[in-house]
Amino acid sequence: MRRLGNLLPGKLAKLAAAAVLAFVLMAAAAPLLAPHDPAATDLFRRLQPPGWMAEGDWAYPLGCDALGRDILSRIIYGARVSIFIGVVVVLIATAIGIAAGLAAGYLRGWVDRVVSGLIDILLGFPYLIFAVGLMAMMGPGVLNMVMALAYKEWVVPARVVRGETLAARETEYVEAARAMGASSTYIMAREVLPNILSPVIVVASVRIAQVIILEASLSFLGLGVQPPTASWGSMVADGRGYILDAWWVSTFPGLAILLLVLSINVASQAVRDAMDPRFHD
Amino acid sequence: MTDHPMPEPLLSITDLRVAFATRGGLVRAVDGVSLEVRAGECLGIVGESGSGKSVTFASVMGLIRPPGRIEGGSIRFGGRDLVGLDPAAYRRLRGREIAMTLQDASTSLNPALTVGTQITEVLLAHAEDLPAGHGPRRRAARQRAIDMMRLVGIPAAEGRLDDYPHQFSGGMRQRMMIAIALSCRPRLLIADEPTTALDVTIQAQVLELIAGIRATLGMSVVLITHDLGVVAEYCDRVAVLYAGQIVESGPTAQVIAAPRHPYTAGLLRSVPVLSDLDRPIQPIPGQVPDLVDLPEGCRFLPRCALAHAACHAAVPMRGLGAGRAARCVLAEAAP
Repeated sequence: MRRLGNLLPGKLAKLAAAAVLAFVLMAAAAPLLAPHDPAATDLFRRLQPPGWMAEGDWAYPLGCDALGRDILSRIIYGARVSIFIGVVVVLIATAIGIAAGLAAGYLRGWVDRVVSGLIDILLGFPYLIFAVGLMAMMGPGVLNMVMALAYKEWVVPARVVRGETLAARETEYVEAARAMGASSTYIMAREVLPNILSPVIVVASVRIAQVIILEASLSFLGLGVQPPTASWGSMVADGRGYILDAWWVSTFPGLAILLLVLSINVASQAVRDAMDPRFHD
Repeated sequence: MTDHPMPEPLLSITDLRVAFATRGGLVRAVDGVSLEVRAGECLGIVGESGSGKSVTFASVMGLIRPPGRIEGGSIRFGGRDLVGLDPAAYRRLRGREIAMTLQDASTSLNPALTVGTQITEVLLAHAEDLPAGHGPRRRAARQRAIDMMRLVGIPAAEGRLDDYPHQFSGGMRQRMMIAIALSCRPRLLIADEPTTALDVTIQAQVLELIAGIRATLGMSVVLITHDLGVVAEYCDRVAVLYAGQIVESGPTAQVIAAPRHPYTAGLLRSVPVLSDLDRPIQPIPGQVPDLVDLPEGCRFLPRCALAHAACHAAVPMRGLGAGRAARCVLAEAAP
C-alpha cells in the first residue's frame, strides 16, 4: 500500500485512480450490476425521465432512451466497449510502436528512413478523418474499429521509443554491450528496452483516454459498434434528436465519457510524475 | 619496431588510418598507427584526449560506426585479419577473445539490469564449456559469475549478484566491469582508462587486480591511459600517441628514463613528482593541432622547443635499436 501511495501522490490522483478502477470493475461485472437487459426495448417507457423526476421510476434511475431501454444498464455495458477498445488498441499500438521505434532508433539507415517516413505520412492525416476513412472501407464493428485506430495509434509510442532509443544508443552501457559481443537484437531487447520503458508506460496510460474519445467519436458517427450493443458514443448520438425534450438520453453517457477520460488523465499524470525523476524534489 | 626475431604477435596493427566525416571536414583521428601486442605482455598507450588512443582500439574491437570509417591499414589478431571481418564473426570474437572495458565504469553498466544478469548473459552468449540444458546452463553461468566476482575482489559476491549498478560504489563498478570483461577468459584485455574515475587508493587496487589476473590467466593487456605513472608501474612497453600518430614507442623503463621525442619529454616534465616537490611542473605550451587541417611536417612542431628546418617535411618513425622508435628528426642524434 505504501508503494501505491508513493506512486500516486495527492488525494485527487488517488480519487481518480479509484474512479478508473471502479469503471474497470463496473465493466467486468456488467451482467451482475446492470438492473436490466441493456438491449431490451419497452415502448411504454419511451423517453422515460430519470427516477427523481416527476414521471420517473426508480427502477430505471437514469431514465430510458427513445426505444425504452434502461440508460443506466446501457452505460454499464457501454463501459466494456470503451475500456476494451481503449486498452486493446493501446496494447497493440504499443507493441508495434516498441518494435518499430527500437528498430528505427537503433539500426538507423533504411529502417529508420522507412519508419520515420511512415510516421510523418500518418501524422499528416487528421486522426479522426483517417479512422473514418478506414471504417468506411472496412465496415463497422469492434474488430475493424480496433484495426482502424491501431493503424495510426502506433505512431505515438513509436516516436517516443525512437527518440529514447536514439539517446540510449549512444550510452556507454550499449557500447560496452557491443564490446562484449552482443547482437543488435539482444541490445535492443535487453539493454535498451528496459531503460526506456517508463516513458512508454506513461504515454500508453495517457493514450488510453484519447483512444476512448476516438472510439466514442466513431460510434457517435455511426461507424463504430453496431446496435444493439451499447456504446457511449452511439448513445450520445441516439439522444441528440431529443436533447430539448429528453436531455438525459445524451447527457448521462456523455458524462460517463467525461468522467472516465478525466479520471484516466489525472491518474496517468500522477503516474508520469512518479516515474519521471525530473518531477521529484 | 623490434630488432629481435619474434613469433607472430597476438595483435598487430599496421598503418591503421581511421577518419570521421564531420561538417568541418574529415577528422583524421588515427593516421598511420602501427603497433604490436605480444602474448602475455602489457602495453601502455599514452596520449592526450583526442590523440586517437581510444579510436585505435575501438577499431580493433570493430566498434567504429558511421560517420567514422577505417580508411586503411590492417589489424591482425591471432593470425586473422580483422578489417572487413563479417559482423557475426566479429561478434563471436568480441567478449570471447578480445574484451574491452570502456572509460567510465559508472555508466558502462546498464542501470536497468542487475549486475548478475549482465555478467551471466555474457557467459551464456560466449562460454562454450557450460553444461547443456536450460537450467544447468543457467546455474553454471551463475556460479561462474560468482567466481569471477570473487576473483576481482567483490566481497559477499553471492549476495550482490542481484544488486543493481547504483547499489555499487565506483570502485566496485569498475571491478564488476573487469569481471564481465574477463568472464570468458579473453586472450586480450583492452582497458580504456580503467582508473580515471577512481580514488587513487582504489586505482592502485584495480591496477593490481588487472596485473594479478593477467599473470594468472596469461592474457595480454593494453592499458590506455594518460597517466605516465600508471604506465611506469604496470606496462612492459609503451606507445605514446600524439594527434593520431605514434610519436614514440619502446620498453617502458627506457622511454621514461630517456625519452627520445620532445612530446614524451614534455609529458614527463608535466607530471608532478612527490619526491621532488621543488621541481617546477612545466606544461607543454600550445594546443593539439586541429585534426581536420594537419600540417605536413611534424605534428608537434608548433609546440616544440627544438623545432628546426627539417621538421617542416614529413617525419617518419625511426628505429633506434633495442625495440625503441621515435618520430623525431633529432632522435638519431640522441645517444
